[in-house]
Amino acid sequence: MKLLTHNMLTSHVKGVTKGYPLLIKATEVKVNEVDFNAQFVSRMIPKLEWSALVQAAEELGHRQDLPAELVPEYENNEEFLKKVHRVLLEVEVIEGSLQCPESGREFPISRGIPNMLLSEDEV
Amino acid sequence: MKLKELESRLQQVDTFEEPKILLEQYPTSPHIAACMLYTIQSTFDDIEGKLVADLGCGCGVLSIGAVMLNAGLCVGFDIDNDALDIFRRNAEEFEISNVDLVQCDLCSLEADAYAKKFDTVIMNPPFGTKHNQGMDMKFLWAGITMAKTAVYSLHKTATRAHIQKKANDWGMKMEVIAELRYDLPASYKFHKKKSVDIQVDFIRFSKA
Repeated sequence: MKLLTHNMLTSHVKGVTKGYPLLIKATEVKVNEVDFNAQFVSRMIPKLEWSALVQAAEELGHRQDLPAELVPEYENNEEFLKKVHRVLLEVEVIEGSLQCPESGREFPISRGIPNMLLSEDEV
Repeated sequence: MKLKELESRLQQVDTFEEPKILLEQYPTSPHIAACMLYTIQSTFDDIEGKLVADLGCGCGVLSIGAVMLNAGLCVGFDIDNDALDIFRRNAEEFEISNVDLVQCDLCSLEADAYAKKFDTVIMNPPFGTKHNQGMDMKFLWAGITMAKTAVYSLHKTATRAHIQKKANDWGMKMEVIAELRYDLPASYKFHKKKSVDIQVDFIRFSKA
């Protein structure tokens, strides 16, 4: 699971009103190289929940010097875009779980794939 | 990349080992996958550099093809663990790194779950026959909630009027891009013939 995907995932357990952002508990994290596409990264940034991304990177020990606030005029700041590229697309959680911040329900991540399936009494 | 080359590369994608009837698992042929993706990119510019979702991705032929056409990231969604496992192995064999996978039930997706976060949604949904009526429309609805620009999907030509009505209800513009002959191999025991040809519409849905 990449952090760009994590940034879009929400817990929809019955009764939960704020199932976002999911807390990451990782036991295995990998960094896989992905070709850098400045335009793609800069198009993704406005769609992101920035604070959730920073928190996720922090939880995985890959925040490095990613700023808490989005920097202005990032479109032309290649150094910054490369940092964002790395946390969005290259850092991957292989094993671990995602925890709903409200209900505490854990969604397992196995071989890189988060399992968001709910049981019948949870929907 | 040329269409022919895309198709021949997609022939290397492994498909279902034991297809499940209830999930209506049948592979998208490399030919159809390549034609769909090539058209989506060359006519509408909806793949290169885009955030793409592949709903009911199965073993990943559409996602892998989308990445070959330079999608920024393609996220595959499927309910079935076995299919996702084959997808993951395919991605590894192709040394493709800009795909990601999520196991979830798209039929129970909440409307705001991905609130238009994706640029483009591609899918070859279950046609919703025999055992799972209405499934294609649930997938289509999920796609529409997720896509900012367009949803590309395959539907039985016989259901076109019904789909057009739904698209109108949902405020979507529907454009039949091509009529395809879908060669459904007899992958399940209840198919008596060797293979069945069915007429399928390749459709683009966008905001009206």
